[in-house]
Amino acid sequence: MHPAYSVILFTTTSGAGLGLLAWLGAYAGLGLLAPNWALAVLALGAAFLLVTIGLVFSTFHLGRPARAWRAFGQWRSSWLSREGIVAVATYVPAAFLAYGWGWLESPGAVWRLSGLAAAALALLTVYCTAMIYASLKTIRHWHHPLVAPVYLALALATGGLLLQALLFVHGSALRPLALLLLAVLIVSLMLKRAYWTAVDNARRSYTVEAATGLGKLGRVRPLDPPHTQPNFVMREMGYKVARKHALRLRRAVLLVTFLIPIALTLVTVLLPGRGVGTFAALLAFVSSMAGVALERWLFFAEAEHVSMLYYGAQAA
Amino acid sequence: MTSLPASTGKKLGLVIDLDTCVGCQACATSCKEWNAGGYSAPLTDEDPHGADPTGTWLNRVHSFEAGEGGDSRTVHFPRSCLHCEEPACVTVCPTGASYKRAEDGIVLVDPDLCIGCKLCSWACPYGAREYDYSDGVMKKCTLCVDRIYNEHIEPEDRIPACVRACPTGARHFGDLGDPASAVSRLVAERGGFDLLPEIGYKPVNKYLPPRQRRAATMEKSPIALASANAPTTDRLFAFIDRVLSR
Repeated sequence: MHPAYSVILFTTTSGAGLGLLAWLGAYAGLGLLAPNWALAVLALGAAFLLVTIGLVFSTFHLGRPARAWRAFGQWRSSWLSREGIVAVATYVPAAFLAYGWGWLESPGAVWRLSGLAAAALALLTVYCTAMIYASLKTIRHWHHPLVAPVYLALALATGGLLLQALLFVHGSALRPLALLLLAVLIVSLMLKRAYWTAVDNARRSYTVEAATGLGKLGRVRPLDPPHTQPNFVMREMGYKVARKHALRLRRAVLLVTFLIPIALTLVTVLLPGRGVGTFAALLAFVSSMAGVALERWLFFAEAEHVSMLYYGAQAA
Repeated sequence: MTSLPASTGKKLGLVIDLDTCVGCQACATSCKEWNAGGYSAPLTDEDPHGADPTGTWLNRVHSFEAGEGGDSRTVHFPRSCLHCEEPACVTVCPTGASYKRAEDGIVLVDPDLCIGCKLCSWACPYGAREYDYSDGVMKKCTLCVDRIYNEHIEPEDRIPACVRACPTGARHFGDLGDPASAVSRLVAERGGFDLLPEIGYKPVNKYLPPRQRRAATMEKSPIALASANAPTTDRLFAFIDRVLSR
């Protein structure tokens, strides 16, 4: 599948913003956030900014961006429509959370409930995003039960690393964030590796013989293409990354998304000093974002579409 | 509404005969000609006379080779929207631009509602939808909805442009939901089949398989069959044929 840069930027940035919101909402919901105007503006401001930038990016790959509002209409059948609706709905409890955390002396139950609601809706948005891909039977690499868990884990990982960095910048701490973060990073790493093993070993169910119905005559291969230059279907669905590059890029994803942030998070725990901690936490966040962008690129570039059976693929 | 109708009154569709299709591309060009000015207009071509031409077409004719050696066949294979009974291209649409008509089962895109997100093309296993880069919306076969009900054209022209243009009669149009219709009987008689039935979209369009070859024509040429009381020249050619065949 052709990797659309606007979609990669969208899922990476809004994923981190929604992950951050999920952490903050959960902490608030459990009553672990003390009222703090500066931290509320810093952390929720970052979440708002990332989610909003992501949503704006998401309209860049549309042929008619001005009509984007129409995408809210078909929630009954379309995961893309559901994603849009839930993403916008998330702003409502997030605004209550911001008001309670930043402006109220002693925020009460409503504030804690809006925290939980914001966390739930943020994660539901990420789930809807993942289901846009996971619901497509035409793409073996996407139609897989591990796709949604990986999206959720990576949103929590990047959002949590950002929260940790912002806490260092602000000069406060939330326990046991570092420990939870290490757990999330290790679980994400295991999920992503399990996903790769699963898709590499999965059977290719569809063949060119089934796509043309000519299997009774014997082996089927293309003789004459219908057009001399690639059409939309070949450009969009036929994009392929060389196998040896894909393996190298996968190793880069493991290193940059998981191993470097894990090491840097350990640095923030083990080495004293706010300066070292701030630097390590910021670097860990930046590294994980670069890694997730690469992971999303590979998610597209490695995905094989069934329609390519008509254009020379033997199985998909 | 991108939710699918519970059932459709008719199941209008095409039956394509892979035995008689000669790959002449007349269906593809007449489709382009009609639809570039019809419901789906425009069907933009980019760089049409340059080094890297590309364009939006609703019908594509591939050629495949099937089988091995002397038994191998060249099969010309027209490919367009199959107007599936359960098309995921419709249900994934976030705006309601893609829809399946309850009255006749035709799958259409409303060009005024489409936002050009291309998700429907990702959902189609048949590669039947083509995005118009210049128009910013998705294009697909309309089953010539602007011809088949059009009372301003002659009755014999009220069929899809591809069917009207086919010089070998390899394309048939009709109601595949009516078991008594000519197309349904043709499908039953010739063993018509679905493409990728295991993906579960239930295509309405059917394909007819290439017919079996007659065994005799494969084995002996008429010259090789020349009998003893045939003219001398025929027997001479039969002798040369045998020598050359060793």
